[in-house]
Amino acid sequence: MGEKALLGTLPLVGTDIAKNWDALYIFLFWLSVFFFVLVMGILGYAVLKHRASKGHKSAYIHGNVPLEVIWTVVPTVLLLIIFWWGYAVYKDMITAPSDAMEIRVVGKQWMWNFYYDDGRTTTGDLFVPVNKPVKLIMSSEDVLHSFFIPNFRVKQDTVPGMYTTVWFEAAVTGMHQIYCAEYCGTAHSGMLGRLIALNAEDWKAWKAEKKIDLTKYGITDGVAISSAAASGDAKPTAKLTSVAEQGKKLMQLKGCVACHSDDGSARIGPTYKGAFGRQVEFVDGTKTTADENYLRESIENPTAKVVKGFNPVMPTYKGQLTEEETNALIAYIKSLK
Amino acid sequence: MSTHAASGHGDNYINHSKGIWSWLSTLDHKRIGIMYLFTILVFFLLGGIFAILIRLELMSPGQTLMSANTYNQVFTYHGTIMVFMVIIPLIPAAIGNFVLPMMIGAKDVAFPRLNLASYYVFIAGAMLAASTLFLKGVDTGWTFYAPYSIRTNTSAIFVLAGAFVMGFSSIFTGLNFIVTIHKLRAPGVTWGSLPLLLWALYATSIVQLLATPVIAITLFLLMMERLLQIGIFDPALGGDPVLFQHFFWFYSHPAVYIMVLPGMGVISELIPVFSRKTIFGYKAIAAATFGIALVAFIVWGHHMFVSGQSEFANFVFSLLTMFVAVPTGVKVFSWAGTMFKGSIRLDTPMLYALGFLFVFTIGGLTGVFLATLAVNIHLTDTYFVVAHFHYVMVGGTIMAFMGGFHYWFPKFFGKMYSESSAKISFWLIFLGFNVTFFPQFIAGAQGMPRRYYDYLPEFTTLNQISTYGSWMISLGFLFSAFYLGRALMSGPKAGDNPWGAKTLEWQSPSPPPMENFHQTPVVNEGFYEYR
Repeated sequence: MGEKALLGTLPLVGTDIAKNWDALYIFLFWLSVFFFVLVMGILGYAVLKHRASKGHKSAYIHGNVPLEVIWTVVPTVLLLIIFWWGYAVYKDMITAPSDAMEIRVVGKQWMWNFYYDDGRTTTGDLFVPVNKPVKLIMSSEDVLHSFFIPNFRVKQDTVPGMYTTVWFEAAVTGMHQIYCAEYCGTAHSGMLGRLIALNAEDWKAWKAEKKIDLTKYGITDGVAISSAAASGDAKPTAKLTSVAEQGKKLMQLKGCVACHSDDGSARIGPTYKGAFGRQVEFVDGTKTTADENYLRESIENPTAKVVKGFNPVMPTYKGQLTEEETNALIAYIKSLK
Repeated sequence: MSTHAASGHGDNYINHSKGIWSWLSTLDHKRIGIMYLFTILVFFLLGGIFAILIRLELMSPGQTLMSANTYNQVFTYHGTIMVFMVIIPLIPAAIGNFVLPMMIGAKDVAFPRLNLASYYVFIAGAMLAASTLFLKGVDTGWTFYAPYSIRTNTSAIFVLAGAFVMGFSSIFTGLNFIVTIHKLRAPGVTWGSLPLLLWALYATSIVQLLATPVIAITLFLLMMERLLQIGIFDPALGGDPVLFQHFFWFYSHPAVYIMVLPGMGVISELIPVFSRKTIFGYKAIAAATFGIALVAFIVWGHHMFVSGQSEFANFVFSLLTMFVAVPTGVKVFSWAGTMFKGSIRLDTPMLYALGFLFVFTIGGLTGVFLATLAVNIHLTDTYFVVAHFHYVMVGGTIMAFMGGFHYWFPKFFGKMYSESSAKISFWLIFLGFNVTFFPQFIAGAQGMPRRYYDYLPEFTTLNQISTYGSWMISLGFLFSAFYLGRALMSGPKAGDNPWGAKTLEWQSPSPPPMENFHQTPVVNEGFYEYR
């Protein structure tokens, strides 16, 4: 952990998955070197030895079937192995442990906003505990962006109108660079962020809104933070409202509770209780597991999938909720297990 | 040498009729090819100027030369011009137009008027796109990703319209080539002996015919989305931005092979001639050409591994993409096999063929990195991808074009260039290319994203090396323009067949007469039968 492989041409190894990723990359690297040297060796040999200027006469050869079969079959087998290895590592990259801590991310021109369960928000700097799996539930407010942490070898586009996710378990404390990797206009290259992986003690302190010293993480320029109480030196201010709590309030404000209960009883629409993660059957007989993207669609385009036993009467909320509000509503529904 | 060297050959396509109008209204495939050639070279210069501006801005972190908005327009123009106005038409429309009918012993293409129309349609599209330079510019990148391309307040619509129109030119040329190869072959030019360049152009034409309509429809929908807010791609209107990417890459991935296959075809001509040895594995190379063209249509999703498409789609597209490498490998091995035990001459066209093999092999091998699902996640949208596709595009198309141009130059113009100047130029371009783009693999692997106006200080050295390399390439191309221009004006007369090649165009005088051959050429032996 923490080293940079292949003479520093790869970024720091910040997670276990990054280590596995490096192993695959280094395998591909040496395999490529082998084939490159092989081809260039043949060409170089021919150019040096089989020169017209040295009086070399050309042989009359049309082909060689066994040789051609070999250079078709061997690469095919190698490529299938590479494919499978690549898929295996990818599978680990996208499968978050079920106990992963969830943080919501909203990309917008040209900043990253982070929303923690307890109601805190930060801009630019993402605070996470070291050695704990973290899952980011991401969306975009305007155009495409892409959330990229080279040290963790993870990248995922954030798409307006849709949730995408990324997960990691930081194995190295300290600062890890975040980039936007999908072109998004004027300040695309300025849409940077810092992931700060805190040790267990500092994470506890951060959660408790206590002062922490960030210099040991290589952060000396203070922390760009929009909300209260997030940075090392900020004072605790007003009491935080958790994201789920914010969602609950919004439910009343936006009139959702008129048709949806939170106690399991059906009203005009289905109840929120236990809605997340449940198998839902629709009026046309199809089924799906309710995830973030399904709930989002049900808010923004409610008649697209109507739950069996209910009528398509809900108006659309598309364009009436900010990204943060949609996130809060879904967080509230998720909290009602 | 007299400046009227060509007159020694009597009547030829260049001096057959005089005046600018005789060129602008010509139906002769050779003249149309030459018009395409010079037009595209002008665009190449323009795209190259934008490339130099990119490299100058990236010479140091922070603002160096221009504002972020200007930079975003500069890389958009570089990409759009180079892809749509240079690399796609370069080999088929310029070299192919001139050489294809001659290689099959025909007097012209099947539809000469359609051929001329394709040129003017191309010019019209190019002018539409170029007009934005005098309007509000365009800053979408050549990929036009929604919803940014819908929201930008630049003149994106004219560039979209330009690319839309240029697509028709591509379709016309493809159609013309297919019919010509089917219908106008001289006696003895059989499918089983067709020069490999023609197999490549044939496969390319099929891809052009099938894929180009898709980009036309996509760009049209995007224009309508901008004008009428229909709600196809813009999520704010209920559209799907990922759908745009599917449509876009359904064309633009096959387009990569529209760019590369003709280059591979040129290389298949050069290597046997300068190795004085018959091509190794003729059937395998021809079959690999079609293998690549076929796979081209079913791998578009490998551009979208982080776009939000499903895990299953990623699985399938990664697996299918692996199969691009097999026929590509077969070709590279076959070319190496052709050279082995040959009698090699290192004239300039052969140097470019070797340069192609060096650069393209790196491009191909790094393609395997990107096809590998997990590896792609980290590398996509970084400078690794930028380096990879320049190794494929410049290696595959520009190196092959330069080789082909130097090979057919004496046929085109009946003049010869200075071999020593050409060699100096080759080394400048070849070394400059590697100095420019190799460091970008490292910057990308370390995490530097593409399309970045500014970068973190740790990437400074690699970017500076890249910029120095870009000066070397520029010097190489400017020097090429100089000695080729001089050869055109006052170069020594070239023989009809200075390389001792066996394909039919070399049976005609240099430069060829109107209708190509004084008498119908006779096929005595295979086109690669060197003993």
